[in-house]
Amino acid sequence: MHLAYPAVLSALLFCTGLYGVLARRNAILVLMSVELMLNAVNLNLVAFDVWLSKTAEETLHSGQALTLFTIAIAAAEIGIGLAIVLAVHRNRGTSDIDKLRDTAEGPGPDGSGSDLPDSDALTAEQAEKAEASA
Amino acid sequence: MTSAAATAHAVTLSAQGHGFLSPTGVEIAFLLVGLLTFGAALVTVTTRQLVHAALWLVVTLGGLAVEYLLLTAEFIAWVQVLIYVGSVVVLLLFGLMLTKAPIGRSPDADSGNRWAALTVAVAAAAALVWVVVDAFRTTWIDLDGAAAGSTEVTGASLFQNWVLPFEALSVLLLAALVGAIVLSRKAKAESSSPPVNSRAASGGSPSVPDSRNHPIEGTQPDGPQKPADPGAPAEQEGAR
Repeated sequence: MHLAYPAVLSALLFCTGLYGVLARRNAILVLMSVELMLNAVNLNLVAFDVWLSKTAEETLHSGQALTLFTIAIAAAEIGIGLAIVLAVHRNRGTSDIDKLRDTAEGPGPDGSGSDLPDSDALTAEQAEKAEASA
Repeated sequence: MTSAAATAHAVTLSAQGHGFLSPTGVEIAFLLVGLLTFGAALVTVTTRQLVHAALWLVVTLGGLAVEYLLLTAEFIAWVQVLIYVGSVVVLLLFGLMLTKAPIGRSPDADSGNRWAALTVAVAAAAALVWVVVDAFRTTWIDLDGAAAGSTEVTGASLFQNWVLPFEALSVLLLAALVGAIVLSRKAKAESSSPPVNSRAASGGSPSVPDSRNHPIEGTQPDGPQKPADPGAPAEQEGAR
């Protein structure tokens, strides 16, 4: 098989995931796009490992070992990421990335509009915490 | 020397035997499944229905598993089916449900910088595809002979050469497990902390009916302090 087929497919999948990460608003959809990017890398690793295992004299099968490691790390990442997204959704009532701009520096392009609700949410949260700790 | 020359000659012969215009059956199958995979990935990142995005992700990951099978990496293919299609997508669907994702079309699935993202992605795709095709134009994968990724080969290399990273990975998985549990417990403990505090102060659990007389004894010593405490009404509401 021509090596360019899996390499081109993996490049296209990676760029699809890149578009998803940049363009999506929901945090869970961003996580899905991250999975797409990781899978593109996995396909690259497997293809080059199969190529090298036939052409090289000695091979450690490093591509397939790294693919297994990537899959395990992706499983851990999706677990932690979903836990974080659920915690954010429980605290803020939204999982939209655009609306989580507490650490944004200065007024952004729509900063004057989004500053007030943010500070309101912050004060409400502080009041809640004060209540809870009292 | 002569054997090396002979193998080099055979390699060039086999390279000349291939061609773009005479694809093998494996290449055609790879191309078709690759088109399906890429299309499903495109639908995943562009659809406005959130649950459909997760279901199209299943198609993408399953197509990638078929590609692994075509590349004779069997073990990776089954691991892909088990972990990605089996658990990751189920986790994502549960996440969508728990965050009350709207069923049906949601008009704000894409953010405002969609066109900038499209520009970046298309530019990156063009650059990557150009570089990759230019670099590996004359490279061929030899798929004949023993499978390069059967379970025996993968297991042998994993447990001979990669034992230490493997064990480190198990520690990482344990840390991720503990971290996920802590992250999901923390918010619950915070939201239920007033009952916990009042229970600790009153010395009795409200869920245990037998100890219902203990809170009276327990709250009596706390009584004088309560008027000075501004959070006392909230605490009592929590106790109720």
